[in-house]
Amino acid sequence: MFLFLIAAGLSLIFGVLRVLNFAHGTFYMLGAYATYQLVQWMGVSGGRFWLTALGGALVVAALGGLIERFLFRRLYGKDELYQLLFTYALALILSDAAKMLWGTQQKSVSRPPELTGALHVFGAIIPHYNLFIILLGPAIALAFWVVLQRTRVGRYIRAAALDRETLGALGVNVDALYTWVFVLASFLGGLGGALISPMRATTPGMDTEVIVEAFVVVVIGGLGSFWGTFLGALIYGQVLSFGILFFPRFSIFAVFALMAAVLIVRPWGLLGRPLR
Amino acid sequence: MTAPLLEVSEIHTAYGLSRVLFGVSIEVGAGECVCLLGRNGVGKSTTMRSIMGLTPPQAGRVAFKGVDITGWESYRVARAGIGFVPEDRRIFADLTVWENLDVAQRGGGWTTERVFDLFPTLRQLTGRNGGYLSGGEQQMLTIARTLMGNPELLLLDEPSEGLAPLVVDHLDEQIARLKAEGLTILLAEQNTEFSLRLADRVYVLEKGAIRFSGAAAALRDNEALRHELLAL
Repeated sequence: MFLFLIAAGLSLIFGVLRVLNFAHGTFYMLGAYATYQLVQWMGVSGGRFWLTALGGALVVAALGGLIERFLFRRLYGKDELYQLLFTYALALILSDAAKMLWGTQQKSVSRPPELTGALHVFGAIIPHYNLFIILLGPAIALAFWVVLQRTRVGRYIRAAALDRETLGALGVNVDALYTWVFVLASFLGGLGGALISPMRATTPGMDTEVIVEAFVVVVIGGLGSFWGTFLGALIYGQVLSFGILFFPRFSIFAVFALMAAVLIVRPWGLLGRPLR
Repeated sequence: MTAPLLEVSEIHTAYGLSRVLFGVSIEVGAGECVCLLGRNGVGKSTTMRSIMGLTPPQAGRVAFKGVDITGWESYRVARAGIGFVPEDRRIFADLTVWENLDVAQRGGGWTTERVFDLFPTLRQLTGRNGGYLSGGEQQMLTIARTLMGNPELLLLDEPSEGLAPLVVDHLDEQIARLKAEGLTILLAEQNTEFSLRLADRVYVLEKGAIRFSGAAAALRDNEALRHELLAL
């Protein structure tokens, strides 16, 4: 479910800013590292894990804001090749910076003491923390949808995705709006990393791993489509899990086969729209 | 004499290498309705886009209420009090009529209520997506949307284009009503009949320069001049 957080940010940036952000997985990794660092300083007890996770996401969001304002801004409307080269370079630079700061060793964060127990369901053991993540995904999806559909900022974002120039001529500062969209997307990426840190080890390679997964999710669901991303994340998770259960050797293959099938039948994704 | 509300002096504008405007100067006084006439491609839209900051002029000056706004970003121009109704309407197709109006709301005299009084048709369509409206309805919506920003000066780019004559007559009344309420209007049109009914003064553009300027009445009453200038 956490994959939805990453893919939602990726999809949001593409849908509004029209740039495919290859560095988005790196934001996720930095979210995990920042949380790890904050946990080192503050610990996880007494509800402090939640503060560190939020802090980690906020650090990434702030970094995202700076990157948009000073670098990303120059990419709008440019050739896709430049966008890809730039965001890929950004991913490399940021991940090397992370290696310099935190080394190449795995880092792990303990689970918050409030959620260390586990639940027994049909003989399987589900840690409370994992359950929390499972429930959090739809909650964030719903909150996100409400913001997009029911608030004026959400309407600005949707209008900017359709026609940036006209929105500007109506008196909306679209440049500032873009920065905030990028901040929001970085926040979602960082939050994904922050919340995953107690479940998976934080390692230098986790960014490229997750960006590939997030790409698969948005390709299946439809790039730029909100519910498509949600659906894509669900399908991805199911296919991968059942794949592991039934064909352990081919589980990764199954996911990519599904993506290929979607690309052949509906190149714009399940809930996406053909580009004009 | 007080300074005009809008003063465009000697602007030159180009899209990349193709130059469109060669020293266009126009003035619009407060409360006036001024029309830019001319055939397709003579630079009417470009003049409006230059004023609005969407295609900033390379030389020349645009002043609004005495303030130099040349090179301002379009959202600042809009906030300063210039509303632009683009030729191709540019409705946000996936947003409902109400949402289209809401994103343009800037707090001031115009509310959705007042806009619906002017365009009663829109009231029944609030929940409909902009993309599903007819051409006439879309035209009303773009004008309504721009009014939500409380402009003092309205730039109307070819509002009658592609509309049925009956719809144009209706639109004519609504624009006349806006003018009667004291709104200053700069209108770009190919439809001479429509614009001469509304305008006080006229500029005729040809190949990116002003060919004629004068009272609308002069053009209205002088068929020979009209033929010569517009070759209709």
